[in-house]
Amino acid sequence: MRLTCPLCGTRDRREFYYSGSEDYLNRPTEGAPIEAWDDMLHLRTNPAGVTKDLWYHETGCGSWLLVTRNTVTHAVLATELVAARKGGAV
Amino acid sequence: MRIAAKGLIDRTKPVSFTFDGKSYCGFHGDTLASALMANGVRLVGRSFKYHRPRGILTAGPEEPNAMVEVLDGASQSPNTRATVQEIYDGLAAQSQNRWPSLRYDLLSVNDLAAPFLSAGFYYKTFMWPRAFWEGLYEPLIRRAAGLGRLKPQNETASYEKAFAFCDLLVIGSGPAGLMAALTAARAGAHVILAEQDSVMGGHLLSDGGTLGMPWVDATLAELRALPNVRLMARTTVVGAYDQGTYAALERVGRHLPSAPHLPRECFWRIVAGQAILSTGALERPIAFENNDRPGIMLASAALTYLNRFGVVPGQKITLFANNDHARQAVRQLMAAGVQVAAILDSRADASTVDDCPVYLSAAVTDTQGRHGLTQISGTHAGGAFQIDTDCLLMSGGWNPLVNIACHQNARPTWREDIAAFVPHSGMVPGLTAAGSANGAFSTHAALREGADAAIAALTELGRSATAPDLPQAEDAPYRLQPLWAVPGKGRAWLDFANDVTVKDVKLAAQEGYTSVEHMKRYTTQGMAPDQGKNSNVAALAVLADATGRGIAETGTTTFRAPFTPVSIGALGAGGQGAGFAPQRYMTSDQASRDRGAPMVEAGLWYRPSYFPKPGETTWRQSCDREVLMVRSSVGVADVSTLGKIDIQGPDAARFLDFVYTNTFSTLPVGRVRYGLMLREDGFVLDDGTTARLGDTHYLMTTTTAAAGQVMRHLDFVHQAYCSDWQVRFISVTESWAQFAVAGPMAKMLLNALLDERIDDFPFMTYGEVSVEGVKARLFRISFSGEEGYEIAVPTAYGEALFRDLLAKAETLGGGAYGMEALNVMRIEKGFITHAEIHGRITAFDIGMAKMVASKKDCIGKAASQRPGLIGSEREQLVGLRPVTKTDIGAGAHLFNPGDKVERVNDQGYVTSVCWSPVLETYLGLAFLKDGRARHGQRVRLVDHMRKTDVLCEVTDPVFLDPEGAKLRA
Repeated sequence: MRLTCPLCGTRDRREFYYSGSEDYLNRPTEGAPIEAWDDMLHLRTNPAGVTKDLWYHETGCGSWLLVTRNTVTHAVLATELVAARKGGAV
Repeated sequence: MRIAAKGLIDRTKPVSFTFDGKSYCGFHGDTLASALMANGVRLVGRSFKYHRPRGILTAGPEEPNAMVEVLDGASQSPNTRATVQEIYDGLAAQSQNRWPSLRYDLLSVNDLAAPFLSAGFYYKTFMWPRAFWEGLYEPLIRRAAGLGRLKPQNETASYEKAFAFCDLLVIGSGPAGLMAALTAARAGAHVILAEQDSVMGGHLLSDGGTLGMPWVDATLAELRALPNVRLMARTTVVGAYDQGTYAALERVGRHLPSAPHLPRECFWRIVAGQAILSTGALERPIAFENNDRPGIMLASAALTYLNRFGVVPGQKITLFANNDHARQAVRQLMAAGVQVAAILDSRADASTVDDCPVYLSAAVTDTQGRHGLTQISGTHAGGAFQIDTDCLLMSGGWNPLVNIACHQNARPTWREDIAAFVPHSGMVPGLTAAGSANGAFSTHAALREGADAAIAALTELGRSATAPDLPQAEDAPYRLQPLWAVPGKGRAWLDFANDVTVKDVKLAAQEGYTSVEHMKRYTTQGMAPDQGKNSNVAALAVLADATGRGIAETGTTTFRAPFTPVSIGALGAGGQGAGFAPQRYMTSDQASRDRGAPMVEAGLWYRPSYFPKPGETTWRQSCDREVLMVRSSVGVADVSTLGKIDIQGPDAARFLDFVYTNTFSTLPVGRVRYGLMLREDGFVLDDGTTARLGDTHYLMTTTTAAAGQVMRHLDFVHQAYCSDWQVRFISVTESWAQFAVAGPMAKMLLNALLDERIDDFPFMTYGEVSVEGVKARLFRISFSGEEGYEIAVPTAYGEALFRDLLAKAETLGGGAYGMEALNVMRIEKGFITHAEIHGRITAFDIGMAKMVASKKDCIGKAASQRPGLIGSEREQLVGLRPVTKTDIGAGAHLFNPGDKVERVNDQGYVTSVCWSPVLETYLGLAFLKDGRARHGQRVRLVDHMRKTDVLCEVTDPVFLDPEGAKLRA
């Protein structure tokens, strides 16, 4: 498997650390009900098809990537820098 | 038997080798199979189940019969295909799966018992009585099972792994592959041409056709001269993986006598922009009664032995075929002077024009010859007949080698006109089949498809290319009439390697195993080392017939990597011994080893366990002495393995407030603070101290174990939640060597070394100092409970400073201390490590709930306060002290005295223990239900592993100096 890091280019998956669902990006605001935290921390869909998850370019540039891929065909459809997303600020 | 002036072997280079202890001679360029054939050896193996005598069936890696053990120094490579193994001087091979000898094999009695050993025999026979299974049946079956044997010793041979990258990977170097490589190479693309054989050229080397060696040589010469082409012979592409990644196995040293540093094999990961599958096709056998005797082989194999190796497989040859193509073999054998007894053609309308008797509508019905073929029985339109013959060639048509295209679970398409499965586009993204792998069996068609596929691939890569002129080549039609099995009552083999017959497949269908996947598992067809390369299509054709379905409807089983067997040694290359994991050494490593310190692994780091003195015979003696030394004078320990993260920027303070539970924005410059870090789910991630070096500059310390995890976490928090904050951080763990100096004489030791004395340097202070002109960082922190400092210098000065510190410490009655003493002292002080914060522990559990600041948000704050993570039902950190002086161990569980020792009564568990030489007792840290409310009570400590059962008093986790008077001295 190979992923394209927007900063480093296409690299072998051994350079990346897999973290999990993109849900981790949606951090509830302070004071949000506990259900919102439960959603973010524990509840996951398990799609046969397009999914978005987080990968860390651990032995590369240290960027966190949001990877869009297909769990059925294994196609990697897009990779983007987590840091470049809009609206991520606390 | 050799034929003069034929073959690509080098007759000026004789090679001697042994097979089953007997010496033979061959030539450079021979495989073991061709050399044995040249020496008249026909019997080379025994079949898996019935131990039937077997000869050579093929001339390639698909060989199901001729598998041998190659003895190579201390090791032994089983199931080596004699048709692939090249000979070299001194090669020693032996037959396998026979006892006492290949010719007289006692287990050939299985062949007589064959009526009882049909498909599903094991399932039907060994089911009852049930008690017999483990004691009797399994050991018996295991003894009889298996083919080649491994030596029981560890593998010592060397293997390698490597990565390669290219625009175009061409798999197979026959006419399609060569033409594809040439087209792409001329266009300037980076090309890798991988060929499983030792010589490039594919069937052009062996078919004796008009487009022969001159064109192959000229093409290879041109490719070899181009800098953008890499030719990889002896390299089998064994799997297709995601995003254009292919696995390949190169036989680097398998064809050579073993030599130091010569790897046997290299496992390649090849990343290709595009790939062309030009793997060719495999001729398929026909099933008829006793079709497995030595001397019966594929027609194309005979052609290969003739043209490639100058060997013929018999004196009087017969052909049994269902297509025109196979006639080439007998024509060329006749031209080479070999007698051909007859051609049996299964078709009614085939040509009879050949220089030997030709029988139409013919079939072989049986064969004779115990250790090698002597006679065949046949039928044709005119009736039954017998022919004396020592070699029967068979050809049931051709199967394109579609395997690689199917490795991502796509299924090939059935083509009725050629009665074969072919790949279609898109099965593996970026992979295109060409030539006979694509069902285009003529040389001309292969050349054209190779060129076309290369142009299409280059277009995908955004390059343009023009097709080279195609050379003149054979373009004869193939003309085949499917024939899978000759009807008959006897045993007709489909899968030679696993002894699966037509009857077995029919029986599977009859018993309800009508799915091809079920039939495979019930009969074991296709599950031998050859993975059914010779038999899969025929077996499913027989199944289709038995179940009244078409072949397309019946479908194939799943094709899985690897295409041919791969040594575990090659997959794990580089991972043996010290190669298993990187080793990280501290700057003090040699100095510690010089003092005889045994090293202990801490993650990838190696740290000294203790520093033995003369007369000390156990680690405990050294450890106790080191603890008392630190507590009474001064000790020095290398703590460089702790993670150090340099954090800078106007938002650095804000960032630390967000990742730590407690507040760092209020920390004055020049001060140090202990910090607790949570995961977002509320559990403790790590702890450590952070110093404020400047207004916008902090230095964070992590534990050794979690250094990488913390860095990853900080990167995530920053990039995901506050990427617009002005803060940057980097790991400086390896830039600084850091030493703990602890004990009542710590300051005295430092003052003896520092360029300027430190006098007023309170607890939790940071300052810049210098040692012999080298700038250093000094932190007043303590993990021992003593007056403690940590001094950090750039790594280059680490060893020198460590040796200086030790020399000065020894003059004060102090010295070095290791991990054991460090651990004892932190337990005496109730300081936690990852033995305590093991991932299921909250701030509340370790008594630090108040450290989660109420006035600000932080990672993990919300979840840490959810129901279930706080409250008296939680197991809380406590100290334990055995009531009697008894040894206790970590991992023990706690129970209320009087309760039955069983899971439901479990009150907690012990995480760390030590012998305290200061308090002269064993001490433990433990998590106990509602533990903070139970100080002074007694619990029962039960350790089933160490067989201990002792009463302990529950205490505060801080056993020594709870007020911290020494710490702050």
